[in-house]
Amino acid sequence: MDAEAARMLGAGLAAIGMGLASLGVGNVFAKFLEGALRNPGAADSQQGRLFIGFAGAELLGLLAFVTMIILVFVAK
Amino acid sequence: MAAEAGSKIDPMHQFLIEPLFGQRWVVAGHDLSFTNSALWMVITLVSLWLFMLGGMKRQLVPGRWQAAVEGFTGFVQGMLLSNIGPEGKRFVPYVFSLFMFILFANIWGLTPVGVVPGWHPFTITSHLTVTGVLAIISFSIVLIVGFGKHGFHFFSLFVPHGTPVLMIPLIFVVELMSFLVRPFSLGLRLFVAMTAGHILLKVLAAFVINGINFGPGYSLLISLPSFALMLGITLLELLVAAIQAYVFALLTSVYLNDAVNLH
Repeated sequence: MDAEAARMLGAGLAAIGMGLASLGVGNVFAKFLEGALRNPGAADSQQGRLFIGFAGAELLGLLAFVTMIILVFVAK
Repeated sequence: MAAEAGSKIDPMHQFLIEPLFGQRWVVAGHDLSFTNSALWMVITLVSLWLFMLGGMKRQLVPGRWQAAVEGFTGFVQGMLLSNIGPEGKRFVPYVFSLFMFILFANIWGLTPVGVVPGWHPFTITSHLTVTGVLAIISFSIVLIVGFGKHGFHFFSLFVPHGTPVLMIPLIFVVELMSFLVRPFSLGLRLFVAMTAGHILLKVLAAFVINGINFGPGYSLLISLPSFALMLGITLLELLVAAIQAYVFALLTSVYLNDAVNLH
């Protein structure tokens, strides 16, 4: 396998990370909703923490995207 | 022929920064030309200024416009008060400017200005230079506030209460790393979220145009579903534009809380 093909395959494999990050983001909101339905009174005060968790989970998916962009456009 | 014309659509071209009016203005070896990025920053600033100007009438019973502006200021103030406490009021001007600038820049990048011939919308937050500088400003304020308020006691931020003595060197290094990586993650998140969304929209747009070029069968099979998907993704991107501005402001206020209150 030449380097060009390996680069493109790596970029494609990096896309798996986005799918996994989507599981994480879904999990964050699912767990929040689960808790919020049990105790709606406390839900509004925890919205900030919800988005901090969302930001953390999302960042890791975005890092997969950065890896992909670097493999396609930067690495030669 | 149609295939050749279609394959020329480059999803990365929208991020190109080029001088307007076709000339470079070089002063003492530095390129100071007025670029499309600068133009859209000015547009963002002017629209933000007009928005605020319309809402600062200080009427006792607010009109619609004033209610909109007060909604935003109240939102940011509530976020800071709940995260930092009463001392958070000092940071309302900074975090509010940050939030509104990012929000307006993100939304201006999504506006369909491209329907006017010769105009190209440009998302200034899709460049790491812009978001990185915003993140560095936030990080600098955290450092200045932290060291100004607590002096060298600020380093106790890196050793949580109740850490066993044996673990202190390890925990200190880990906490220091997680502290130092904050400006990178802050800037990278906004930049990548915007870039990814715009590339996705351009790739789908290329599908639509290439499908039409290949004939009616392909346009029905490819262009129509792609266009429907584009509508949905555009709405999602509007949501992402707001969420990313909110997350940037929220994380800034959380980091400021660390600097003000330690933990």
